[in-house]
Amino acid sequence: MTTLTIFVLAIFVGFEIITKVPPTLHTPLMSGSNAISGITLVGAILAMKSDATRLAPTLGFIAIVLAMTNVVGGFFVTHRMLEMFRRKE
Amino acid sequence: MLIVAQSQLAGAGYLVAAVLFILGIQGMTHPRTAVRGNLLGAVGMLVAVVVTVAQLGILPLGAALMAMLVGGATGYVLAVQVQMTQMPQLVALFNGFGGAASALVAGAEVVSQVPNEATPVGDTTMLAAGTAGLIGALTLTGSLVAAGKLQELPMFNRKFDWPALPSANIAIAAVAALFLLLMLAGSTWPFWPLALLACVLGVTLVMPIGGADMPVVISLLNSYSGLAAAAAGFVINNDVLIIAGSLVGASGLILTNIMCKAMNRSLAGVVFGKLEPTAGGPTADEVYEGKVKSTSADEVAMLLDGAQRVVIVPGYGMAVAQAQYSVRDLAIQLENRGSTVEYAIHPVAGRMPGHMNVLLAEADVPYEQLKTMEEINPTFSQVDVAIVLGANDVVNPVANTDPSSPIAGMPILEVDKARTVVVIKRSLSPGFAGIPNPLFAADNCLMYFGDGKQAMVDLVTAVKE
Repeated sequence: MTTLTIFVLAIFVGFEIITKVPPTLHTPLMSGSNAISGITLVGAILAMKSDATRLAPTLGFIAIVLAMTNVVGGFFVTHRMLEMFRRKE
Repeated sequence: MLIVAQSQLAGAGYLVAAVLFILGIQGMTHPRTAVRGNLLGAVGMLVAVVVTVAQLGILPLGAALMAMLVGGATGYVLAVQVQMTQMPQLVALFNGFGGAASALVAGAEVVSQVPNEATPVGDTTMLAAGTAGLIGALTLTGSLVAAGKLQELPMFNRKFDWPALPSANIAIAAVAALFLLLMLAGSTWPFWPLALLACVLGVTLVMPIGGADMPVVISLLNSYSGLAAAAAGFVINNDVLIIAGSLVGASGLILTNIMCKAMNRSLAGVVFGKLEPTAGGPTADEVYEGKVKSTSADEVAMLLDGAQRVVIVPGYGMAVAQAQYSVRDLAIQLENRGSTVEYAIHPVAGRMPGHMNVLLAEADVPYEQLKTMEEINPTFSQVDVAIVLGANDVVNPVANTDPSSPIAGMPILEVDKARTVVVIKRSLSPGFAGIPNPLFAADNCLMYFGDGKQAMVDLVTAVKE
């Protein structure tokens, strides 16, 4: 049940921090957190390792492409937006 | 099952990644630290990927790297080329990809199950797989439909009025729940029909939802993409997926809640309900007849000449007209003459949370001038001129005065309290709520009819003269 504990604690941490994000940054928050949800990439890479069937690595391959698009695109587009907010300093 | 032995090195790497994700999101709490925050998140991702790749054997390594290259290049090109006005559809698309990836990760685990294995997987693993498949597939198709709507592709903006739809959705959801129960009982086959049903459900749930409700839909799908990743984490028993996924799930839920509150609507109301003008409400003719005063650039320029405090209220119309640069030019002109200029931003202005802020930041508007509804509302009575650009329902005073109106109780920007209001709009056509706006007929309101960008350009010229 430790995974469940981690899940609940992480949700609490999430609520604590994210309520402090100002509305001005809500779009970058969404695209940035979206990039973080691409962490499923880790699962996709591990699926390549399965040798039980040939199907699992194939699914893993597609999942890597999708998750990687999400991760790289998400972080870059967030960076672009945040740079615009920083310029005025 | 997949033998995923988390080596101690990998475990430590995942812990570092999780901490970096939390610090990264924490950086987002201020514009000054946000760039660093995002970079910390990216470094966290890099650490997680590197320790994972290190566990791969030689054989699948090449294929994995190739897949990463393809995905990485696609993501980079999309991120660099997208216009800021198109941000909502891009985020929707990325949400969908993330959800699909999580569903596939769960699928890969499901197909790796060996029947009658000596050490059977706990039933909760299959329940988690089913959940990841359900949420992930729903996120994929729901996000694609949302992105299509935001891109204004005709096939997604057709009227989708099928009276049996709510019952059909309930039926699909019921069958999906049955499949989930079967998976809990240890079957693996229901995973694929379940994912297929979820794909259908994503379409049928999002199709009927209109453009102005998109901020809620995108926030919710954002949350789902995180929850799908967390569910995939339960499937493969991986802590970093659970932590990162639930952080994103929480983030999306908070934004969803903020958006719903800003429209005074429940989540169920947005997803299942329709916003219809009440029959008893006044007609446009009754509200506007003989009371609407039309104005010109020169007249507004004269007004602005004597104005101490000017507030600009941007709406989705500003994004459509790409008028943010002209707005900034006007603000600079006015500031050079000694006026203070601020921007009043309603939480649901635009098509996603914070959409207006990003557009104005793109045009170099300092973020200190971007005011929230709570900050600016108490001060509208001291505002000389309020300029409403492409916003309608969020400045409709009916929300406060008529309890039978479809937008009754929705918090609005109280521009009607300003000394003079200038509304820049193409026509008197109603906003998303489909009701007339008495503001346009108010004594202190002037209508400046025209395209948002052209109107702003003309205004800048008139102010300069």
